[in-house]
Amino acid sequence: MSSSTGTQLRITSAEDVKNALGDRLVESFQKDDLWLRVRTDAWKSSMRTLRETLGFQYFCFLSAIDWMPSPFGRGEDDPTEPAPERDTTIRPGYAGGATRMQVFARVSHPITHVSVFIKVDVPDYSPALESIHDVYAGANWHERETHEMFGITFTGHPDLRNMYLPIDFEGHPLRKDYPLLSRMIKPWPGIVDVEPLPGGATDEGGDES
Amino acid sequence: MSVTDRLLGDRQRLAYIASQAADSRLNVELETEGMTLNIGPQHPATHGTLRIIARLDGEQVVWAEPSCGYMHRGYEKLAEVRTYPQVTTLVNRIDWLGSFANEVPFILAAEKLMDVEAPARAQHIRTILFELSRIANVSLFLGDLGVQMGAITPVFFAFRDREYVLNLIEGATGGRFHPNFDRIGGLKDDLPKGWIAETKAVMKKLRTFCDQIEELLFGNEIFQSRTRGIGVIPRDVALSFGLSGANLRASGVDWDLRRDHPLPMAWNKADWKVWTHPDGDSFARCWVRLQETREATKIVDQLLDTIPSGPIMAKVPKIIKVPEGEAWVSTENPLGEMGYYVVSRGELGPFRVKIRSASFNNISITPWLLRGVYVPDIVTILASLYFILGDIDR
Repeated sequence: MSSSTGTQLRITSAEDVKNALGDRLVESFQKDDLWLRVRTDAWKSSMRTLRETLGFQYFCFLSAIDWMPSPFGRGEDDPTEPAPERDTTIRPGYAGGATRMQVFARVSHPITHVSVFIKVDVPDYSPALESIHDVYAGANWHERETHEMFGITFTGHPDLRNMYLPIDFEGHPLRKDYPLLSRMIKPWPGIVDVEPLPGGATDEGGDES
Repeated sequence: MSVTDRLLGDRQRLAYIASQAADSRLNVELETEGMTLNIGPQHPATHGTLRIIARLDGEQVVWAEPSCGYMHRGYEKLAEVRTYPQVTTLVNRIDWLGSFANEVPFILAAEKLMDVEAPARAQHIRTILFELSRIANVSLFLGDLGVQMGAITPVFFAFRDREYVLNLIEGATGGRFHPNFDRIGGLKDDLPKGWIAETKAVMKKLRTFCDQIEELLFGNEIFQSRTRGIGVIPRDVALSFGLSGANLRASGVDWDLRRDHPLPMAWNKADWKVWTHPDGDSFARCWVRLQETREATKIVDQLLDTIPSGPIMAKVPKIIKVPEGEAWVSTENPLGEMGYYVVSRGELGPFRVKIRSASFNNISITPWLLRGVYVPDIVTILASLYFILGDIDR
């Protein structure tokens, strides 16, 4: 199997990927997939290594996660009552994290079908990251979407226009501190109408059904 | 130099030079004037409301950009305020022509986090319904394909035969388009009486339909001249843009998630083939989809013979709380790779759901692909890429 992007390395283990990334790798986590967290300043060069040295040519997706729990809860509160206090401590997910928002992407090897997740921390006060649209062409639209939904700027991106939202839309809807207004106005009907299940809400035991 | 420029084929490079010339209005020889053509949002070729803005130089596209967002419903945000069983109702509406296939990867991701596996019978029936929704989805594509090129007949064949499949899905699940049938741990119901025999009869009809379409459309000289060598996507560009499904296999990449990624589903219990095509043009994409439809009928036939007995639900608590963790499951949906990245915080609902839909990536190649093509080919290329608006905008 040949390819125009240089030598193809057949990945046999997660160690190969970790060694290739070297000191750019901050933390890794392995379960049934491999999660890697790279340094923010080495984001683009890591993606380039993955594509051009390790042969992860297939770009699956790029998105972001806001790790701060929503101060509005799950929209289950009665709007006539004052909102309860909520814990908004930030707990990072797999492969750790030091910031509130993280960008993550998934790339795959088209021959060995090995896939990795790459996460990267985004600075809290000026959420910006290098664009990888010239490494993976498919990242172009995904970065546009992440930009409008999370307010993360991708430096070097040719065209960060809004993809879905109107031009004059304010706010970044997928950030956790952006309220889902329909839930603010009217509580979820399922919350108020439903009778409690037999055994009460604590009934979590294996029920045969 | 960017990666796309480096990988430009000769045809695209020539078209690009022409576009540059038009940009600087140096194209005085032909005295053509630049013009902007707006296609959509309402256009039969767009399967919904996709708008394409194309700048033309004479008959040639200089620059084209799809404009989406006419159907954005914010499912990723909505999923954060719903419980796990409620999310399937939302994801049903992503690719509305093959709804059941949208539920499966989400349910599998939730099951993966909970460490639950559906019983063998449920896995089998899931796979059968998954392939039925693929047939329903792609048979519409095959019929619609003719309409884009001026052939009216295939669409009547397609709608007639798709109806048989929709009736089967309705018979088993109760919903023609939005079954909402998959549950964490199994399925809502077992199959109704007589369904298996009926499905077998329909699969035979569908294979006849595939043969008819192959003769009617794929053997047609006009169809071939409209699609062969048009809209060529090289392998590396397809991978770099993240194309998936038949679009990727038509560019010569032998990759099918059903075969290559082990999932608790029953595809490995049937004997079937992954079709690829080396050309990467519009014809290849359509041809691969036709073969996949036929292959799907064979999968259904084989699985119907081997449905194991047993329960259709695993033991799951009544109130579903998913343990903390992150999981990713993607399946080979009718449109391509569809995946969910589910982050759980041990609550009743997901903390974050990233929906990776196939059409979003598949259509993101259009600015690159449409550069330099002729106006009538815009519609055939879009038709061959096959997207569904709900799948782009989510």
